[in-house]
Amino acid sequence: MTKATHQQNLQGNHACALAAVAAGCRFYAGYPITPSSEVAERMSLELPRVGGTFVQMEDEIASMGAVLGASMGGIKAMTATSGPGFSLKQENIGYGVMAEVPCVIVNVMRGGPSTGMPTRPAQGDVMQARWGMHGGYQIIVLAPASVSEVYGQTVRAFNLAERLRTPVVVLIDEVIGHLVETVRIPDPGGLDIQQRNWAAVAAGEYQPYAAGDDMVPAMARPGDGYRAHTTGLTHDESGFPTQDPETVERVSRRLLGKFEHHRAQIDQFEELQTRDAEILIVAYGISARAARRAVREARSKGIKAGLFRPITIWPFPQQALTKAAKKAKRILVPEMNAGQIVLEVERVAGRGRVKGINRIDGQAVTPSDILEAIGTGD
Amino acid sequence: MSQRIKFYQTGTLTVGNRLLDAKDRTVQATLDRGNSLTSGHRACQGCGEALGARYVVDAAMRWADNRVVAVNATGCLEVFSTPYPESSWQVPWIHSLFGNAPAVATGVRAALRAKGRTDVKVLAQGGDGGTVDIGFGCLSGMFERNDDVLYVCYDNEAYMNTGVQRSSRTPPAARTATTPPVGNSSGNVFGQGKNAALIAMAHNIPYVATASVADLHDLEEKVTKAMGIDGARYIHVHVPCPLGWGSPPHDTIRLARLAVETGLFALFEAEDGEVSDVTHIRRRLPVEEYLKPQRRFAHLFRPQTDADAIGQIQSIADRNIEKFGLIGRNG
Repeated sequence: MTKATHQQNLQGNHACALAAVAAGCRFYAGYPITPSSEVAERMSLELPRVGGTFVQMEDEIASMGAVLGASMGGIKAMTATSGPGFSLKQENIGYGVMAEVPCVIVNVMRGGPSTGMPTRPAQGDVMQARWGMHGGYQIIVLAPASVSEVYGQTVRAFNLAERLRTPVVVLIDEVIGHLVETVRIPDPGGLDIQQRNWAAVAAGEYQPYAAGDDMVPAMARPGDGYRAHTTGLTHDESGFPTQDPETVERVSRRLLGKFEHHRAQIDQFEELQTRDAEILIVAYGISARAARRAVREARSKGIKAGLFRPITIWPFPQQALTKAAKKAKRILVPEMNAGQIVLEVERVAGRGRVKGINRIDGQAVTPSDILEAIGTGD
Repeated sequence: MSQRIKFYQTGTLTVGNRLLDAKDRTVQATLDRGNSLTSGHRACQGCGEALGARYVVDAAMRWADNRVVAVNATGCLEVFSTPYPESSWQVPWIHSLFGNAPAVATGVRAALRAKGRTDVKVLAQGGDGGTVDIGFGCLSGMFERNDDVLYVCYDNEAYMNTGVQRSSRTPPAARTATTPPVGNSSGNVFGQGKNAALIAMAHNIPYVATASVADLHDLEEKVTKAMGIDGARYIHVHVPCPLGWGSPPHDTIRLARLAVETGLFALFEAEDGEVSDVTHIRRRLPVEEYLKPQRRFAHLFRPQTDADAIGQIQSIADRNIEKFGLIGRNG
C-alpha cells in the first residue's frame, strides 16, 4: 500500500495525530485526559497548518458531540480520550452508530475502573468498546501493537469509518501511546484514502438512509440542496422516525448486516507460526509483543508455540482463529485485565483448552509471564 | 476592625504578620492555628493552589469547629495531596470524579441533614477545569437548588494536572499545550471568557465572592463569612501556577497581586445576586507588568511586541475596572 516513505521517531500519540491528518481528518474536538492528551496537543499544532479546525471542548460529552456535528457537516472528524472520557462519550457514540456518522474515537487505555490509574497501562476497555452502549449494535474496534501500527491503523480507522459510515474505535495501550519508535511515514499520495461516499442522485431523489447493494447509504453534501433528516430515533430510508414493525426490522437488519457484508475489509490479524502450533497464544496490543518474544523463546526450546494476534478485535475474527487453533492443545490469552477477550476465545475455541494470563497490577504482561504459563521447564 | 489591613502595606510578606497587632494577624500566623491541609504533599514549589487551599480549609474548619466534610473534584489539588503517605487531609474527604463534585456534595449534605447532623458543613472544591468546564452543569444545579454547600474553585487558568491544556478560564493569547501560537494566531482565542462568579450570581445564591492568594487575610475573611451563611455559596480563588504560567516559584504572590492591580482579576463580594463590596485597586498598573514575567505570554513580547494583543488584554482590564468600580475615590 505504501510507496515512498520517510522515517521519523514518534511517540504513539503523536503518530496517531499525524496519521489522522494524513487520512484527511480536518476536525478534532477533545478534552484533556491522561494518557491521551498528546493526541490533542499535536492536533492543535497540525490542524491549523492544513486548514483544519481544532477545538478544545468543555467536556468529554461535548467533544464527541462536536465530532458528530463536524462529520455530518461534511468533514472527517475524530476525538481521543481515555477510560473515564470513553465512558462519558458512550451515548454520543451510540448516536453515531444509529445515525451512521463516520468518525474515529481513539481511546488510550489506562487502569480502571473509574479514575483508576491514569498513568498506568491496562486493557480493561476491550469489552466496553464492544458493549458500552445501550441497544444492540455492531462496531469496529482496532488494536495496534506498535507506534508504526498506530499510524497505519489510525488511517485504516478513517477508511473503515467512511466505507461503512460508522464510528470506529482505536484502542491504544498507554505503553504504546507513550512509546517512541521509528515510524515509516508514507509520503503524501502514498496512502490509500477512502473518500466520503457522496450522494450522486439528484437532490429531489435523495433518500438519506437508502442503501444500495453495499448496504451503506451515501451521504449528502450539506448546503448542496439535499434534504436530510438525521435522528437517533429508529428511522426508515427517508430518515424520519418509524415504529412500523416491518420497517424497523428491515432497517435494523441493514444496520447490523453492513458489517458482515464488508467483513473481508474489516478483518485483520497477524499469525506467527500458528500452522503447527500446539500452544497458541492469542494476544493483542502491547501484550502481543510480549507474546511474540515468548513464542520465539519457546520455539528455541523445541516447544511448538504460535501467536494469533487480532488487529481488528471487534468484530472478533472467529473464523481465522478457528483455523489457527486447529492443532492447539492449549490456548493462552495474556491480557492486562481480569479476562475479557479470553471470553471470546473460549466462545470460539471451547472452554477446555483456553486459559487466561491476567495482569491487573498496572504493569504490562511480560514474556516471562507467558513463558511461565507455557511451562518451558525453566 | 474599621479598615482591613493588607499584607502589602507592610512591605514584605514574610514580616507582614509580625508588624501587625496580634488581633489583626492572619490565623495562619498564630501558634494555635489549625493545619487541616498538612505540609509534605506533592505540590510544585510556589503552588498558588496549595497555599489557597490551606487557608480555605483551615478557615472553614475553624468556623465549623472541625466538623467539615470535603468533596474534591479531580485535579492538581486532588492528585498532589492524596497519595499515601503524603496525604495532607485532616478531614473526611471524598474524591468524586472530574465533573460531579457539586452533585456529590449535594448528596453528602442531604445525608447529613437526614441524620440530623446539620452541624457538619460540606466544602466542595475543584480547579477551574473541573468547575467551569466539565463540572459546570452540576454546579449550576447545586446553585439552583440552593443546596447548603460552600463550593470553592481554585482558578489557575488551565488544566495543569494533565499538562497545561486550555480551559475556559485561560486568558486570551495565553499559550497552553492546546493553544500554541500558530501562524497569525497569538495563542488562546480572544473570547469573552467565562466569569463563573458572575454566572453564580445570576442564580441569586446568598453569597458569591472572588479572592486571591495575593490577599490571604481577605480570603480567610470571605471563607469565614461564607461558612456562616446557609444555602449555596461560591468562592472563586485566583491561584497562580508557576508550571503552567512559566513563572518563577517565588513570583506566585507577586503575580497574583499584579492580576488584581492591573484589573484583570476583580475582587468582589456579592450577596443575593448583587455586588455588595469590591476591593479597590491601590495603584493601577498596565497589563504588561502582569504579562511580561510569564512565559505563557512571552510570544506577545518576542520577537516583536504584539501591541494589538496587549491592547485587547488591556481593554479587558479596563472593562473590569469600569464594571466593578475598582478604582476607589482616592484611586
